[in-house]
Amino acid sequence: MSSGDRPRKVVITGISGRFGHIVARRLHHDEGWNIVGLDRRPMRGKPKDIEHHQVDLRSKKARDVFRAGDVDALVHLGVMHDPRARPAELYSWNIAGTTKLLEYCQAYKVPKVVLLSSSNVYGPRPDNPQFLTEEAPLLAAQRFPQMRDLVEIDHLVSTFLWRARDTETVILRPVHIVGPVHNAPSNYLRIERPPTLLGFDPMVQLVHVEDVADAIALALTPGRRGIYNIVGPGEVPLSAVLHELGREPRAIPHPVAKPILSFAFRLGISSFPVAELDFIRYVCMVDGRRAAAELGFRARFGLRETIHAVDDPL
Amino acid sequence: MPQDDIAGRTQALVVHGNEFGYDAFGMSRDSVRTAAAVARWLYRHYFRAEAHGIENIPTTGRLILVANHSGQLPFDGLVIGSACFLEPPQPRLVRAMVEFFVPTVPFASYLFSRWGQITGTPENCRRLLSAEEAVLVFPEGARGISKPFSRRYQLAEFGKGFMRLALETGSPIVPVAVIGAEEQAPAINVKPLARLLRTPSFPVVPYPPFIAPVPLPVKYRLYFGEPMRFTGDPDDDCDEQVKQVKNRIQSMIHMGLREREHVFW
Repeated sequence: MSSGDRPRKVVITGISGRFGHIVARRLHHDEGWNIVGLDRRPMRGKPKDIEHHQVDLRSKKARDVFRAGDVDALVHLGVMHDPRARPAELYSWNIAGTTKLLEYCQAYKVPKVVLLSSSNVYGPRPDNPQFLTEEAPLLAAQRFPQMRDLVEIDHLVSTFLWRARDTETVILRPVHIVGPVHNAPSNYLRIERPPTLLGFDPMVQLVHVEDVADAIALALTPGRRGIYNIVGPGEVPLSAVLHELGREPRAIPHPVAKPILSFAFRLGISSFPVAELDFIRYVCMVDGRRAAAELGFRARFGLRETIHAVDDPL
Repeated sequence: MPQDDIAGRTQALVVHGNEFGYDAFGMSRDSVRTAAAVARWLYRHYFRAEAHGIENIPTTGRLILVANHSGQLPFDGLVIGSACFLEPPQPRLVRAMVEFFVPTVPFASYLFSRWGQITGTPENCRRLLSAEEAVLVFPEGARGISKPFSRRYQLAEFGKGFMRLALETGSPIVPVAVIGAEEQAPAINVKPLARLLRTPSFPVVPYPPFIAPVPLPVKYRLYFGEPMRFTGDPDDDCDEQVKQVKNRIQSMIHMGLREREHVFW
């Protein structure tokens, strides 16, 4: 992939978020990649040597980024799941956007594509085995229509993995990413008195945001392709995580939790879609042995460090 | 080790726990200790259980316990688990495969996993066996636990999953006959109510309070048979091997029934 005479160039979508910043910094400083950002949002605090294009993925300008033919890799973080956006708009942005990106990669022979999916695609279910492998069906959308976009993007890219043989495609499905980022698990764990469901306390897996950046760096190594679950340092009950953080959970009986939460969501008090309640009710844990064996990935951060990462300054 | 030293026995259990004290399936030693104290009382004083052939349980290594299932509520699982915890010199934690509806029931959902019980999927079973743990399987499943009083001690159809797992993981099978449980709740199954509540069965007993959560104080007798070892291709039809295990349990049941003089003592 690297020709040696010029630095390798990676396009990162969704670079403007906090997670995007962390990944860009990691790849730029530690791995020496040239970074090109693609995001509809402006990139605040952009280092001078990072190139940023504030464009829609579906636009011609996005295509132009790839046209020169010197892109060595695409890291797709740009899956949008703003719970407040219109579902139709999200759907078209996510699905059409990803389709376009893959089209550019095939047309301009990008040798490496990395998608950051999520182990949420398997869905929290009462009959889940304790650890799901990469072969498990992606059933999240069954009970959780808001997950449809992510599941479809995962499917789009896994089709691409088999179809575009000249491109090494890697799909990463990390467990709940925690750290100084704005995503549902981190936001939830930052609530002082978080709601929990009375009589439910599922085992959960968390992974430190820096460990996910590591996994992305490993996925970019030439020769790696495939689908990998990315797990953190271990599994703990949700209650133990909340206790470790010193939170005071409020247990709500599950039959009334749904109406309360959907009311709060409509009033704008809560940003958690009702269906996400299943994540604090049933297990959705994955087996990370394939990533350990084939990517050589191992979480650097321990359980306590990972849990406390949500309280790192934003 | 004294048989009823709960704290000592809990400490002696092999637990693959992390720094928070939980194993991958959510089991914690502290929860097991509390549960064992209650289970011991039920085992010794309520059911006055007797365990025969406890020496047939290997001290270490992977193991599948296969037993007859009955009694509307899984007290048979609790008694087998208590026997393996209280009776042998080295206690073993038995991990029963529980029904898929259990994780949807408040409190049971997490308490079962704290006590080491697991959702009954083949993947879970395989993982525990490869970690050299002991797994308890009731191949009759819901057909067994909800069987009406008229069919007591007649084994319902056996599922074959346990045999495939035994062949695949090379685990010995210890057959277990449970005498007593089949009379603990002489019930009929009210199917429409079961459908309404989405439980596998809704048993009604002919005495107050008419539902089955309180079993009669029957005397439990457990018979642990010699370990059975099978070899073969797990993908082949294993009807014959399943039948061997079923017949062994059935004959152990007959023997146990001949030996006992009364249901309650």
